[in-house]
Amino acid sequence: MPVDLESRIVAIIETVSKQPVKVGPDESLFDSGLLDSFALPDMVTALEKEFGITVPDSDLTPRKFESIASIGRYVESRME
Amino acid sequence: MAFLKGFGACLPARVVGNEEMAAITGTTPDWILNISGIEERRFAAADETVADLATAAAQDCLSRCGVPASALGMVIVAGGTSGRSFPGPALTVAHRLGLTGAPALDLPIPSAGSLFGLALAARLAAEYGHILVISAEKMSDVVRRQPVEPGVAVLFGDGAGACVVSAADGPAEIIDSVIYSDGAFTEDLCLDFASPLHMNGRAVIMQATRKIPRAISEILDRCNVPATEVDAFIMHQANQNLIDGVARGLGVLSSRFYSNIRRYGNTSAASMLIAATEWSQAGGFRGGAPVVFAGFGAGFNWGALLARGV
Repeated sequence: MPVDLESRIVAIIETVSKQPVKVGPDESLFDSGLLDSFALPDMVTALEKEFGITVPDSDLTPRKFESIASIGRYVESRME
Repeated sequence: MAFLKGFGACLPARVVGNEEMAAITGTTPDWILNISGIEERRFAAADETVADLATAAAQDCLSRCGVPASALGMVIVAGGTSGRSFPGPALTVAHRLGLTGAPALDLPIPSAGSLFGLALAARLAAEYGHILVISAEKMSDVVRRQPVEPGVAVLFGDGAGACVVSAADGPAEIIDSVIYSDGAFTEDLCLDFASPLHMNGRAVIMQATRKIPRAISEILDRCNVPATEVDAFIMHQANQNLIDGVARGLGVLSSRFYSNIRRYGNTSAASMLIAATEWSQAGGFRGGAPVVFAGFGAGFNWGALLARGV
């Protein structure tokens, strides 16, 4: 994942979670306590705004947003 | 043209506090309060059925509306815990109310079932006259199924709500409604005949947080009503955080959303009409003021309804 993309995603997670992100790109944001059910929709909204993408309802599954790496893959796929 | 004539409810007498739920789920009262915001819920007696709760709510509603049961043209009972495959509780309720010919329709739809019932009744009232919409749930049977899932079990309670939808008159006119279903998510929130309730909470919240505000905005936009001018939002009482998220999504104060989840927990389909009953007793519809009802739940099914005080 490009460094710039990763840093923008990390910045969004830090804003939504109000915590510093100290997890690796493949670690679960849920298990680490950074994201819960109610922060998740806010993060998706922030991703849409930051990257100018639209996340359709069919893609609103927690697995796609489980880690920084999975978020990065998803964002890249929507920007193609 | 259809009207909301009045509401009624039945809440079981037994109050189950978090200390008792902690014992059932192997957790602590503080943990339950922290994850749910729920302080207590009601559990029906072992021999009390969904039809019993539904009948009591129906009688309360008819009494408040001043509508005799004999005037009903249809009965709709919504809920996901009816206890047997068929016949559903609608027939039992209709029989207990003394009805012998009026169609009695079951909607096996939890959570959003009451919203679906109101939306359907609004469209059928012109033909059937007074339609009694009831939503009733006995979630206590479900949450005690083994193995108990603490994060799910502590959320729910029992109860029933009811509403008469009338073609003739009432304190509020139903202006518009939308209902939707999407079967792509059936496995994220489901209840088999003997298993505990399965809920993928993250998926449910992600979908609900987006779909509920969208449905509400759709009817408000269609009727040229700004969200900030809505007098009250009466929503399925699933979770206070979800209610707050929907309010945020619409750009309105959370205080505009009636909430009683702290006292009753999530009573699934019953919750919206129980909330409507309490809200109406506290003042209810004001002339010309728009009020929004909304629901979301297993399926997923979701929708919204706009009414305006007359």
